[in-house]
Amino acid sequence: MNNDTPAAILKRNLWTDNPIFVQILGICSTLAVTNNLTNTLIMTLAVTIVTGLSSTTVSLIKGLIPRKVRMIVQTLIIAFYVILVDIVLRAYIPEISKALGPYVGLIITNCIIMGRAEAFAQSNPPVMALWDGLTSGVGYMAVLVIIATIRELLGAGTLMGYQVLGDGFTTWTIMVMPPSAFFLLGSFIWAAKSIMIKKEAS
Amino acid sequence: MAPDINPLVILFASIFTGNILLTNFLGMCSFISISKDMKSANGLGLAVTVVLTITTAINWAMMRYILIPLDLMVYRYIVFIIVIAATVQMLEMIIDRVSPALYMSLGIFLPLITVNCAILGVALFMQIRNYDFFQTLAFGFGSGLGWWLAILALAAIQKKVARAPVPAGLKGPGITLITIGFMALAFVGFSGMLNVQ
Repeated sequence: MNNDTPAAILKRNLWTDNPIFVQILGICSTLAVTNNLTNTLIMTLAVTIVTGLSSTTVSLIKGLIPRKVRMIVQTLIIAFYVILVDIVLRAYIPEISKALGPYVGLIITNCIIMGRAEAFAQSNPPVMALWDGLTSGVGYMAVLVIIATIRELLGAGTLMGYQVLGDGFTTWTIMVMPPSAFFLLGSFIWAAKSIMIKKEAS
Repeated sequence: MAPDINPLVILFASIFTGNILLTNFLGMCSFISISKDMKSANGLGLAVTVVLTITTAINWAMMRYILIPLDLMVYRYIVFIIVIAATVQMLEMIIDRVSPALYMSLGIFLPLITVNCAILGVALFMQIRNYDFFQTLAFGFGSGLGWWLAILALAAIQKKVARAPVPAGLKGPGITLITIGFMALAFVGFSGMLNVQ
């Protein structure tokens, strides 16, 4: 349909059109778990898988859905994959599933997934839609993993539960509290945008 | 089975100490894009409060009388999201019929609400915390008010920020997020008053 190459899609989803710092989509369901690296990894992995699979499905059946009801059909497809992910998490890693609580279910309303289905999968073949969904998920994961690393390291002195900083380290209480996620994400967007502006100027 | 907490306490807790937006990060997408002027912020806040109160109550009833007796809790995500979408659609039709003036101010925000994470989030929290009916009602209404308060406050602050010299890279979403961070920090001050989970 259009001349997007896989490499161009990868670059777009990871950097120039990154879902988080350019489109500001889908932070609701995941920002809350970024005070812990393990939870963030599992959660963003779940989002990536759901985005990839639902984009593929939407692309496969795009000819069969009447335009008027496509939103509700897309929502149901996404909800279907989220239920699968939820069941798998509860069966294999019950402690993490418990810690994530309602946030797994909230992947359904994550705007990235619907956004990719609407903007890309509707008008592209299934394999490209899968690639686009997965790379969008990875772009999303990269930013949140960086934020989670900073928050867990400074807030608890650990990474994925292992002690990293020595006993003499005073933990930053603010890093485990919600405001720090807003500050870090804001600063991250600032840095990324400044680099982009500089590149455009030169 | 339900926790022994007065619904009034839940109402206050969900507005101030456990603000759905500032402590649970729910409903951020529409929050960041709509918070540019006071009028639309107000309209969206009202719409979210109305929808949140109604859908949380309906979802509670669906869960209590249909999902739990039939052992279908696995499907709760699909049921909750359908209830939310259907309620929003019906509200839109009713408001259009009853009051065209209200429809003009509220109607355009209604479709946005179906994908607002706060609505589904409150339904899921209500289920995890095992609230009874009145607690659920207070929680839904309070969360809506809290969200409304937060978006109004942010829209007011944004007016000042618009005239401030902000570095080019920080303009737009960057400064908005940092502003929300300061608001969240201010709300942390309330957390000593009550602690309700």
